[in-house]
Amino acid sequence: MSETSETSTATAAPQQAPAPRATTGATIELENLTKRYPGSGEPAVDSVNMEIKAGEIVIFVGPSGCGKSTTLKMINRLIEPTSGRIRINGEDVTDIDPVRLRRKVGYAIQSSGLFPHMTVAQNIALVPKMTGWGKQKIKSRVEEMLDLVGLDPGEFHGRYPRQLSGGQQQRVGVARALAADPPVLLMDEPFGAVDPITRDHLQDELIRLQHELHKTIVFVTHDFDEAIKLGDVLRERSHIAQFDTPEAILTNPADDFVSGFVGAGAALKRLNLTRVRDVEMADVPTVTVDDPLQTIFEKLRASGTNELLLLDKRRRPYKWLRRGDLMRAKGSLARAGTLVHDTVTRDATLRDALEAVLTDNAGRVAVTGRRGEYTGVVDMETLMNSVHEMLEADRLDAMEHQHELEEQRAQLTHQEQEGHGGEAKA
Amino acid sequence: MNFWDYLGSRHQQLLTDAYQHASAVFQCMVVATAIGVLIGVVTYRSEWAGNLATTATSTILTIPSLAMIGLLIPVVGLGVAPTVTALTLYGLLPIVRNSIVGLRGVDPTLVDAAKGIGMSRVHRLVRIELPLAWPPILTGIRVSTQMLMGIAAIAAYASGPGLGNEIFRGIASLGSKNALNQVLAGTLGIIVLALLFDAAYVLIGRLTIPRGIRV
Repeated sequence: MSETSETSTATAAPQQAPAPRATTGATIELENLTKRYPGSGEPAVDSVNMEIKAGEIVIFVGPSGCGKSTTLKMINRLIEPTSGRIRINGEDVTDIDPVRLRRKVGYAIQSSGLFPHMTVAQNIALVPKMTGWGKQKIKSRVEEMLDLVGLDPGEFHGRYPRQLSGGQQQRVGVARALAADPPVLLMDEPFGAVDPITRDHLQDELIRLQHELHKTIVFVTHDFDEAIKLGDVLRERSHIAQFDTPEAILTNPADDFVSGFVGAGAALKRLNLTRVRDVEMADVPTVTVDDPLQTIFEKLRASGTNELLLLDKRRRPYKWLRRGDLMRAKGSLARAGTLVHDTVTRDATLRDALEAVLTDNAGRVAVTGRRGEYTGVVDMETLMNSVHEMLEADRLDAMEHQHELEEQRAQLTHQEQEGHGGEAKA
Repeated sequence: MNFWDYLGSRHQQLLTDAYQHASAVFQCMVVATAIGVLIGVVTYRSEWAGNLATTATSTILTIPSLAMIGLLIPVVGLGVAPTVTALTLYGLLPIVRNSIVGLRGVDPTLVDAAKGIGMSRVHRLVRIELPLAWPPILTGIRVSTQMLMGIAAIAAYASGPGLGNEIFRGIASLGSKNALNQVLAGTLGIIVLALLFDAAYVLIGRLTIPRGIRV
């Protein structure tokens, strides 16, 4: 298994502290980390070396039983490593009290792991309470965390986990993991047990969270699509098969194992790697429900397009208005136009956007920001253009990369031949 | 003298006996619960220790109660001491077994999650494992209490307190006109007490089992 030299990630933008008091990510270094279970010959994890930069999302992806989960659990020492060192932010944590270590490292697991006998608020408050925060501070923190993961604090505060849907439970799980503001977040197949639509939402949320918080996130999944959506590592049989950017893994898999795991449809999967906010959005003229009819008519006349987007009071897309719609509805806004039934967020992938555009009868979809407010429109044309640009850029990168690899290989062969020559002489 | 007249004339004595009966059972249950849960907590983690605890306590239960009290008299004397010792020993089995089953039944992913967010061993036990295992433990306590209610009647054999005295007195004077009344009063008294205790447990369950895991 080879480990490519390049280790940049899709999310490793230069880290500027977003909010003054939030803790941003820490670096994680794994040095020769090995786990050998007594009685089995092959180590479960064999000498993993890895450096995770602060604020990165790193995904361990691979088939079941390849040791990705074991590696993750060694970081917070739920599984004690047989040998090797773990350093978080330069501090060697291999031998410190595991309880102390775990309070600095958030941990979210499959099917949320919420304690059923505690309310949502109690679950989230657990870690802050253990670390000795004041009552008032914990209370406001719980509200803040619920708000952060998109749940209404007033409504969900006193609920018990079994009164929540799977997706909501998972959100609370993430809120609990983040409650004490740890620099590092470990996620062990956190979205494995929810339905595909909810999973998609949760992934978008996670990306949004990461944009706001800049934690260092280590994420385990066996779902390759999830992996390329979020981040960037591949591993097999306790070796790192490829540690690279998702783009590179798709366009330039390191070996047959990686390409086999990536599977078919790489071009489509590539769409998962780019987000709506990264492409150029089109703009349509908008009016709000509060505008007087006169303004709406004028706007329709003034703009060259056929359509207007009607926004509601909170500037969320509400209806598409065509020329003539208002006439037919006899000037009543309530009856005119067609309701907007599908929108995508700025953090949605191009694949989601394509899906929405394909199902929309007019071939365009409104893009919304964090609070659902209108930010632009994506249509077939913008999508096509950006995909072409993207593939072209990838192709060039891949050619360059190929070239480098070939040079390296040539050098290796050269050295080997020299080496053999030496032995023959001796 | 019919049964109601008997109750009317002896109600003072009967109430005292009933109170002593209830109080003996209650105190023994408190001790048995403390010891039983402790044994459960100490042993549930290991396969053989848990089985040993269950087997040992169920062996105690197979000793006939009369024999047990008889055997205890030379050791601890007559009166309250053999009663309390015997009742506590008998009460252990359901509590120990249900504690072990309950604690082992806690979802391992939850224990893992608790560990993962940095809870210490004691913290996990007190905040997560025991609360989640509480419903089966409470059931064990309830079964235990029902059992002790009956067994406590035997205590009168060793001059212990309780409604057993009525029953024994009646049996001793079989043929006399109040014999049947005495046995009946003792037995019915125990049944009423058992039902009252059971109602109390339903209430305790309502109050102590968190809403999130109540079925």
